[in-house]
Amino acid sequence: MFYREAGDFKTNYADDNQTFPIKFDRYRYYFVLFVAFAVIPFLINDYWVNAIFLPFLIYSIAAIGLNILVGYCGQVSLGTGGFMAVGAYACYKLMTSFPEINIFIHVLLAGGVTAGVGVLFGLPSLRIKGFYLAVATLAAQFFLVWLFNRVPWFYNYSASGQISAPERTLFGLEVTGPNTTAWAPYLFCLVILTICAVIARNLTRGMQGRKWMAIRDMDIAAEIIGVNPLKAKLSAFAVSSFFIGVAGALFFSVYLGAVEVGEAFGINQSFLVLFMIIIGGLGSIFGSFAGAAFLVLMPVLLKNVLVGGLGWPTDTAAHFEFLIVGALIVTFLIAEPHGLAQLWRVAKEKLRLWPFPH
Amino acid sequence: MPESLLYGTEVVLNGLMAGVLYALVALGFVLIYKASGIFNYAQGVMALFAALTLVGIMEGQIPFAHLINAMFGTELHHFGWHVPAFLAILLTMVVMVFLAWAVQKFVFRHLVNQEPIILFMATIGLAYFLEGFGDLMWGSDIKTLNVGLPQGGSFWIEENTQWLGFGNENFYGFFLDRLDIIATFIAAILVVVLVLFSQYTKQGRAMRAVADDHQAALSVGISLNFIWVMVWSVAGFVALVAGIMWGAKSGVQFSLSLIALKALPVLMLGGFTSIPGAIVGGLIIGVGEKLFEFSVGPYIGGATENWFAYVLALIFLVFRPQGLFGEKIIERV
Repeated sequence: MFYREAGDFKTNYADDNQTFPIKFDRYRYYFVLFVAFAVIPFLINDYWVNAIFLPFLIYSIAAIGLNILVGYCGQVSLGTGGFMAVGAYACYKLMTSFPEINIFIHVLLAGGVTAGVGVLFGLPSLRIKGFYLAVATLAAQFFLVWLFNRVPWFYNYSASGQISAPERTLFGLEVTGPNTTAWAPYLFCLVILTICAVIARNLTRGMQGRKWMAIRDMDIAAEIIGVNPLKAKLSAFAVSSFFIGVAGALFFSVYLGAVEVGEAFGINQSFLVLFMIIIGGLGSIFGSFAGAAFLVLMPVLLKNVLVGGLGWPTDTAAHFEFLIVGALIVTFLIAEPHGLAQLWRVAKEKLRLWPFPH
Repeated sequence: MPESLLYGTEVVLNGLMAGVLYALVALGFVLIYKASGIFNYAQGVMALFAALTLVGIMEGQIPFAHLINAMFGTELHHFGWHVPAFLAILLTMVVMVFLAWAVQKFVFRHLVNQEPIILFMATIGLAYFLEGFGDLMWGSDIKTLNVGLPQGGSFWIEENTQWLGFGNENFYGFFLDRLDIIATFIAAILVVVLVLFSQYTKQGRAMRAVADDHQAALSVGISLNFIWVMVWSVAGFVALVAGIMWGAKSGVQFSLSLIALKALPVLMLGGFTSIPGAIVGGLIIGVGEKLFEFSVGPYIGGATENWFAYVLALIFLVFRPQGLFGEKIIERV
């Protein structure tokens, strides 16, 4: 009834090419942006920001990044944790070496450094495919974590081997460090996430995205119709690593504040982000958000119900969480291999015909 | 012989022993991959699960004790009996067969004809599930596994290799863990048995037929379901052996499942489809990482064993993408 193209006349090419061609979608998008920017900051407190919103925003960036590589370009990567660590350490080194420069620029630069490292580890993807590549990216994961653990230059020779974010301000507001007001880091991450999502969305529906998808669907055929696999694969690695690096920088500087590389950016982090895009939906920007929201919310919910509600010991609850996550992954792969995004797509198709399905 | 050479030899020997243990895990991967095209990430967790179950049965633990205690406020822990090792191993094997059946019935039957990468991710999900399940069932504390295998250094070898030092006072002979030596023998026996099984028995032949071509195998009357359950059971058995070896060596604990990650570069090096490849790859990785740690490690901060195997496999793959013994990958449009 309200969800159709009918009556929404497009009179120029720009309108015809816009991201959300259906009016309802467009208004929904503006509404979500409005709520996120103008309503939530007034309602949240420290607990909400640290338990839910910051991890959700940051993991969304990482999930979008990984989705570009795995979902759009078909190159499975298990090195996400390692690349996030590159972002975090690059951000740390930049923050401590050039304290006078804006942290926003540091975060972007950290993403740039990670993109470089990503391209380096993406080089073997030209020879190695499928599982072999997935395992090869593990080399990145373990080597990078080891590097940041063992080379003191990266953590400025601090005795604990940890890195901790110095206090930095943006427009006079503290966004890192212990004395932040709840909404400042939230808005900081939200702005970056919005920029990333818009870029990713437009990249993936443009020429570059089509090249990636051609490579994903069959790289030899893509090569024959004129897609340069070298450029396509390496650009996917670069863009993906850029987002993941930005996510890692935010994860360290804004969310955690102090980081021990093996704990924060271990192999489990890689799997977590991978699970997000599987559950959310491979090859979908919305899916990245949905998956991140799901896997951030579920442990909080489970913990509240099991530990808070039923009084289980925390370790039993943690094992139960593993069990649930594993079962969910398998269930999703069996019932809906395209994830939450596919459910959303089906719902939209139904809504188009509603209330007269024939 | 000069001292460094002697130490180097000892490092190589110990690397070979460690490599055998990697190869044990890698074997399970190869079996499942050959027969069903599934790259089973859960192999390491299966080894952990098998070891946990074995200890649980031997010690007479009540399954899900922690869960029951948490839910009903009881204080259950043990049945109060001890099961002899041999019987416990048999019972664990029964559990592993049941697990194989359940995995086949509830997961992979529904995923037939999916892309390999989807199957791979399903096994990652399975690994998480099993990890949570095993810990819920038997508790997550570190357990000691003692099935009567000898442990500690072998004095016999130490005494009989002392002459190699030629009067060098700092050399006391090679130090080899007796458990590692036994593991080597068991691995050798296992490989021989597996090869015999797949070459000379009816089921083994059926298994190879399925590996070769699913549809052709179906058309000559081979039950895919049965073969897959059987393959997962055999992989479960290999996991049990690996679990016993690793469990006896370093205790039954979560890090056991991480050896699966070590088995991945072994597989890449040897090729996913080759049983000898798994063995040779395991030995190369084992020796390589020990030698690298021994020779280069001290200069660059140590603990290089965490990543050396992966980087070695990565570099190797760039030159030979299908591994040492893998079938050549032919791609067509």
